[in-house]
Amino acid sequence: MRFLFKTDYEQDIQLAKHSGYIWSYGALLLAVLIVPFFLEEYYVGQMTQLYIMAIAGVGLMLLAGYTGLISLGHAAFFGIGAYTEAVLTGNGLALPFMDEPIVFSFFLSFPLAGIFAAIAGIAIGIPALRLVGIYLAIATFAFAIIIEEILSRWESVTNGYSGLLVESIYFGDFELTDGTPFYYLCLGVLIAVILFSLNLLRSPTGRAMMAVRDSEISAQSMGVNLAKTKTIAFALSAGITGLAGALFAHKLGFLSPESFTVLQSLELLVLVVVGGLGSMHGAVFGALFVLALPQGLAILKDYLPTQIAEVPGIEPLLFGLILVLIIIFEPLGIYGRWLKVKLYFQMFPLYKKATFKRQKSYMKSERLR
Amino acid sequence: MNLFTAENLAINFGGVKAVDGVNFEIKKGECFTIIGPNGAGKTTIFNLISRIYDVTDGRMTLDGQDITNTPPHEIAGLGIARTFQNIELFEHASVLQNLLVGRHCHTKRSLFGEGLFLPSVRKAELEHREKVEEIIDFLDLQHYRESLIMNLPYGVRKVVELGRALCTEPKLILLDEPSSGLNVEETQDMAFWIDDIKTDLGITVLMVEHDMGLVSEVSDRVLVLNYGRMLAHGTPSEVQNDPEVIKAYLGG
Ligand SMILES: Nc1ncnc2c1ncn2[C@@H]1O[C@H](COP(=O)(O)OP(=O)(O)OP(=O)(O)O)[C@@H](O)[C@H]1O
Ligand SMILES: [Mg+2]
Repeated sequence: MRFLFKTDYEQDIQLAKHSGYIWSYGALLLAVLIVPFFLEEYYVGQMTQLYIMAIAGVGLMLLAGYTGLISLGHAAFFGIGAYTEAVLTGNGLALPFMDEPIVFSFFLSFPLAGIFAAIAGIAIGIPALRLVGIYLAIATFAFAIIIEEILSRWESVTNGYSGLLVESIYFGDFELTDGTPFYYLCLGVLIAVILFSLNLLRSPTGRAMMAVRDSEISAQSMGVNLAKTKTIAFALSAGITGLAGALFAHKLGFLSPESFTVLQSLELLVLVVVGGLGSMHGAVFGALFVLALPQGLAILKDYLPTQIAEVPGIEPLLFGLILVLIIIFEPLGIYGRWLKVKLYFQMFPLYKKATFKRQKSYMKSERLR
Repeated sequence: MNLFTAENLAINFGGVKAVDGVNFEIKKGECFTIIGPNGAGKTTIFNLISRIYDVTDGRMTLDGQDITNTPPHEIAGLGIARTFQNIELFEHASVLQNLLVGRHCHTKRSLFGEGLFLPSVRKAELEHREKVEEIIDFLDLQHYRESLIMNLPYGVRKVVELGRALCTEPKLILLDEPSSGLNVEETQDMAFWIDDIKTDLGITVLMVEHDMGLVSEVSDRVLVLNYGRMLAHGTPSEVQNDPEVIKAYLGG
């Protein structure tokens, strides 16, 4: 057990609460920095994919986990980011008064991908201000379908279902968007996005978001502008997801509307729920889960008796089953389980099973009058 | 000197006249209490003042400024804070975070400044923390700083909610049944705090309360409400002996 002596208010503001944070996250950082030198190219690609999913996860986590607004349409922002990136760096932006379309450098197109997605986030966020829970989920769902439709119909720009080739980004002979350089780019963006979010969450705007999540009525009475806070959350969430989309475009190399369907939205929601709503760790754990599970299932299939393994649709079935089990037995997701395992080793051998049993607390109505 | 006035305040919900032509003014520095049987419209008056509901008729002023149409999120900044009858805390956040949200109306916010946690943001955070610590000391909440609200017993939650309202540094604090659900000692503490809020912090108190013991102990003037209408108005002992009031409470 670690005992923390707090002697300064600074200590509560610090992201690294004690030296243990610096050691463990330092070690993790070192590990992910050197890992491309030891892994085969395929696995470097997989790790890159993991970071991209985690970035999108952080985006949705800010909205669903911290502001309490469930979105079933995040594939739309992902798609807007991806297509913006592909179009701006590829064919370029054709303006009526210009002879040649403008092709953007990656350093401009990448932020623009985030900004366009953020604008789309505001566009859906404002009409959705009065909606909560399932109604909001349905509205965002409808929005995602509209965007998917636009991506497939606006052929002059998106090339529809024929698909759009994504140009690689070169600086001289150096290719940024492939292999190890791309790995570091995605890692860097992920770290930046996580730090930005953590900073926000220890500042007034982040606290306002959590206040809106837990009680709109009292947030409002404390001076929180609900409409503004929700709009910011939508814009930020969509913007970050858009950045992930831009990276994803380069990862895929070829875009088609089929990559940004409702299924992708669902996958993102599963990511944050399974990872653990309301924690940044959850976004990363969730991304790991979403990527590893299908592969794990494929491996598992080899060990199942053929009669079962050959059943069509066994993979989605197992996917669903695991999902349901996690939601029932670990509502805080993988991050919640991680906390328990960590405490187990910290307390060893004195771990009490009841530590995480919900303590007696009073229901809202229990002691009224 | 009047801090707050309500003139001819009224609100209808469909056909129900929840509040119907209520007039009162609260003097600076006093403790003003609204009592009345269940469903009399007491909480509704609070919701009108914090602008969660729009008035059907009437007018409210704070410090001479009309607040009848002020947006709800600006009320705290003008100096009115409140607690809720059913406790509305941020359940998944710590006591410290809850109290810091109470500082929200005094914060300057910039998305990118906060995302980068610029030195100015850090400095502001520390200043807010110091203010919050004053309230923590005032309400003896030192043991609970890091606790999540959902793990706290009911009595402590009530105190945290009071603290969160105080963190906004209000001129007028609205307390909706501060003693409901508290045991005898907790009610005693609450009475002391309300008195301290009034005399030491100089904050004007408007409360709704059923416990007449507490009411006579701390309040200067009492308004009795029944079916949304004013029944009586006066010092605690005056209204307690008012035949109309006795009749309303006994259901005569
Ligand atoms: N949002 C609403 N919609 C419809 N009717 C409402 C609404 N809010 C309050 N009322 C009605 O207004 C009346 C007064 O309610 P209010 O909550 O103000 O009572 P109260 O005096 O606070 O009672 P209690 O002592 O039980 O807290 C009740 O008849 C209630 O049903
Ligand atoms: Mg009430």
